[in-house]
Amino acid sequence: MKIKAYRRANGRFGIRNHLLVMPTSVCATATAERIAALVPGAVSIPNQHGCCQIDSDLSLTQKTIVGFGKNANVGAVLVVGLGCDGIQADAAAAEVAETGKPVKHIVIQECGGTLKAIAKGAELAAPMARELSMQEREECDISELIVGLECGGSDPTSGLASNPTIGFASTRLIDNGGSSILSETTEVIGAEHLLAARFTDPAQREKFLSLVKAVEDRAISLGEDLRSGQPTPGNKVGGLSTIEEKSLGCMYKAGTSPFTGALDYAESVPDEHGLYFMDTPGQDIDSITGMVAGGAQLVIFSTGRGTPTGNPIAPVIKITGNPETYEKMPDNIDINAGRIIAEGATVSQIGEELFDMMIEVSNGRMPSAESLGHREFGIFKLTGTF
Amino acid sequence: MNSIIHVNEKDNVVTCLRPLSKGDSVEVEGKSITANADIPVFHKMAIASIEPGGVCYKYGEVIGDATEAIGIGDHVHLHNIESTRGRGDKQL
Repeated sequence: MKIKAYRRANGRFGIRNHLLVMPTSVCATATAERIAALVPGAVSIPNQHGCCQIDSDLSLTQKTIVGFGKNANVGAVLVVGLGCDGIQADAAAAEVAETGKPVKHIVIQECGGTLKAIAKGAELAAPMARELSMQEREECDISELIVGLECGGSDPTSGLASNPTIGFASTRLIDNGGSSILSETTEVIGAEHLLAARFTDPAQREKFLSLVKAVEDRAISLGEDLRSGQPTPGNKVGGLSTIEEKSLGCMYKAGTSPFTGALDYAESVPDEHGLYFMDTPGQDIDSITGMVAGGAQLVIFSTGRGTPTGNPIAPVIKITGNPETYEKMPDNIDINAGRIIAEGATVSQIGEELFDMMIEVSNGRMPSAESLGHREFGIFKLTGTF
Repeated sequence: MNSIIHVNEKDNVVTCLRPLSKGDSVEVEGKSITANADIPVFHKMAIASIEPGGVCYKYGEVIGDATEAIGIGDHVHLHNIESTRGRGDKQL
């Protein structure tokens, strides 16, 4: 099965051809946004971190933004640093350049301030955008796809309809040689025994279980009931009573494939294709950011209550299992799996529709979130800033 | 369209696929069950009695423990079941 995508120097394929203006820290974010605004086709990411973090936390931020630069949906990168920030522009640029894609960097303090940095940045970015505009899509195998699986604003229809539909499409992709990432460690609590049994490698199974335990232990260490934050207020109004109930519905996104491995937040998906788990929080934006940093070019996202979330560089396809939400939020939802509950449609029927849309979106079709300019971005942090 | 979905035979709750009013009867696995309260759409109704501390099952798996006696036809939600996981508040 084939899609048409952009070939990168390292042999990977992107389904979009973004010029990424990448701020290394919060101090460079506003400048990066203004450079991107001057160059049609460029996109920036609102980095809120990148300075005054202890090493493990700073490394995670760097891994995340560098992962965005390396993502195959990005054709070229301009790195913008302040100069004194925790993540240095030249080092981040060098890491991204390992992919072989065009990378340049500027430092605001060396440019001589905001205005000169914006001028210099735009001067470097515009030719990169012109170069990217000449690249054409080429046919490649669908096995090149890495798809992030997400759910947010869940209600009981998510576990009954939309998540099983995502599971169907994910299994279809993996059967065709591709890769998927199940995420959201919090939303595995109570369902981990069922998922653990599907890991083929005992060491990866142990890693998966230790990741889940670490998240539960972190919640317990705060001396509060996890239910004060998970399920969320909207999940509860919708009818989800406990994290176990939420998790048991969430896990259907993983379909029926065996698990190949368990990844840390923002870790690159290995060359071996298959179904992976990634350690991300249940907060959707941080979770999707981690998966896209790990290489996901496309995200499929189920919702019960309805949510607008997109991503700066990866298209997000939205599916709901709640027929009322589909009627109420037509701007935000691409696929109505509410027909499973309301009209007796089958998971496989809607799953085929979703899979067809994944191919169309891979070939260039904009899903709702992308068409509305939704570019939510958030980096998971290990601890507070110092 | 069915009024309820009973996902797994082990489950002692069903999910309501339409809002139920107190006194509405629905058929579950050949038995008629009457709602003891108004139950919003997609919320859960008990189809078996659950003792205080007893386990609540959905998808054939544990979704929590009863915090009080739950009767057949009761609305099952935050007020009468609790999570068994991530309970920092229960640590000594």
